[in-house]
Amino acid sequence: MTNTDFHTRSACELRESVACGQVSAVELVRLFLGRIEKHDGRLNAFLHLCPERALAEAAAVDRARAAGEPLGPLAGVPVAIKDNLCTRGIPTTCASKMLAGYTPPYDAHVVEKLRSAGAVLLGKLNLDEFAMGSSTENSAFGPTRNPWDLERTPGGSSGGPAAAVAACLSAVALGSDTGGSVRQPASFCGVTAIKPTYGRVSRYGLVAFASSLDQVGPLGRSVRDAARMLSVVAGHDPRDATSVATATEPYEDECGKAVRGMRVGVVQEGLGQGCDSDVTGALAKAVDTLRTLGCEPVEISLPHLRYAVSTYYIVAPAEASSNLARFDGVRYGLRVRGGDLIDTYGKTRAAGFGPEVKRRIMLGTYALSAGYYDAFYLKAQKVRTLIWQDYQAAFAKCDVLVSPTAPTPAFLLGEKLSDPLAMYLQDIFTLPISLAGIPAVSVPCGFSGQGLPIGMQVCAPAFMEGRLVRIAHAFEQACGLSSRTPPDFS
Amino acid sequence: MTEPKITFEQARHVADLARLALSDSELEVMQGQLDSILGYMAELEKLDIAGVEPTFYSVAMETPLRTDINAASLPHDEALRAAPEQCAGGFAVPKVME
Repeated sequence: MTNTDFHTRSACELRESVACGQVSAVELVRLFLGRIEKHDGRLNAFLHLCPERALAEAAAVDRARAAGEPLGPLAGVPVAIKDNLCTRGIPTTCASKMLAGYTPPYDAHVVEKLRSAGAVLLGKLNLDEFAMGSSTENSAFGPTRNPWDLERTPGGSSGGPAAAVAACLSAVALGSDTGGSVRQPASFCGVTAIKPTYGRVSRYGLVAFASSLDQVGPLGRSVRDAARMLSVVAGHDPRDATSVATATEPYEDECGKAVRGMRVGVVQEGLGQGCDSDVTGALAKAVDTLRTLGCEPVEISLPHLRYAVSTYYIVAPAEASSNLARFDGVRYGLRVRGGDLIDTYGKTRAAGFGPEVKRRIMLGTYALSAGYYDAFYLKAQKVRTLIWQDYQAAFAKCDVLVSPTAPTPAFLLGEKLSDPLAMYLQDIFTLPISLAGIPAVSVPCGFSGQGLPIGMQVCAPAFMEGRLVRIAHAFEQACGLSSRTPPDFS
Repeated sequence: MTEPKITFEQARHVADLARLALSDSELEVMQGQLDSILGYMAELEKLDIAGVEPTFYSVAMETPLRTDINAASLPHDEALRAAPEQCAGGFAVPKVME
């Protein structure tokens, strides 16, 4: 008989429950599919479900278990994936009309890794179109709602993954992060997410947005779950030329290690100006908690942080304008026939892309065009160096840095749609980290007066994901906030 | 009234470069939004970046090379499967020129 609380258990616990025979992988899939059927109508987290395939994968795990074969680290764990990661034979739309009905002929590297670890794929999750946005309102298939308050956004662009994990519709999920897109939704939905160091996880099969910034990142309801997912997907892949050969570590082993003596840099620019008072209050309490764990808070300034929005919104759209040139109606996706080839490009792209994607392509094209390249793109890449140098200077004085993940808790659907710049300013704390390429985690650290989750972001030097797991886990254990389920979804 | 950061004509030029057949009304809205965004970015003009090298990749890396040997790649029929139109084993497109 399946215990009714299996859906609230961590992925690591579920794997053990399957391995010891307490529950079958097939029962788990049925449980989660049942929850999706019951709850996802309200959330709109899933764009596509693959129930038959999931049951077949689960059955294979159960057979392997019965035969005494070794089981992978995610054996039987129901997972779901952001719909900008290619899945062979399963629709991959990037939440865009441009790719409605498109089915890739190959799996992304991270999808292959999840499968070999024994994970069971439930389906594909909603996002802002082509990962461009901070609210999942830019999806061509409707927004996803925040399970803590259905009138609010779950954040973006990985709103589907964050909402699905928070509402226990999937045990864990994979999202992607270019300027904050796993961290900010995790903060808004009260879950944990890791953005790895640039190059740590292969981008092969991740539909490209900004090639010097994109990373795949896990979301879970515990640091341990996110750490295990990271271990499964991280590592060198020759099919991604920017994938690094630096060895991975068993990140999960950092859970439970002491953090006494860790110097925690508190980013001064993260306190005040533009921040909700509940958010600054929650961060101050979090720093106190870290102090009681034996960490030493240090005041740190990142003087160029205030230029991060401008810098990012030149660099990322410039790279996006190049990457999205492939969507031209020739080889795949939507085609709107014009009088000639150029006309076909123009009509296809005008019909296939939503307003935010068009806006970013325009910004990027402008920044790269003759006469503007030096003043915009080249200048922004130089400011990027200054931002990177701020972090190097900070890490000479401390081991990690903390700030709020986002300046506010989840905002209302529709609230920021008429002002693109207001939406961009949401990402002020996550963007500079992406520009510097360093790893970061967002962990739940409190709730607002209205009961909305608030996240703390911790970042570390390049390839120090282990350090992040250590401190995030210690914090999580001290706070006990991570395993809370939204009241309507328990 | 201050000069717009981007005029309608400039926006139309950018849209043409990007192969986006935007309507005039779409372009007008877009121009206003871009103008506001570019105005915000003017803050970068205040920064002294003399002698600063650009960062194109945040992690130091060299282009990896591999041995030049044949390996399996995407089969022809798989590559064509999602094509909106096919012809003679290739992607069929409207004529390019007279």
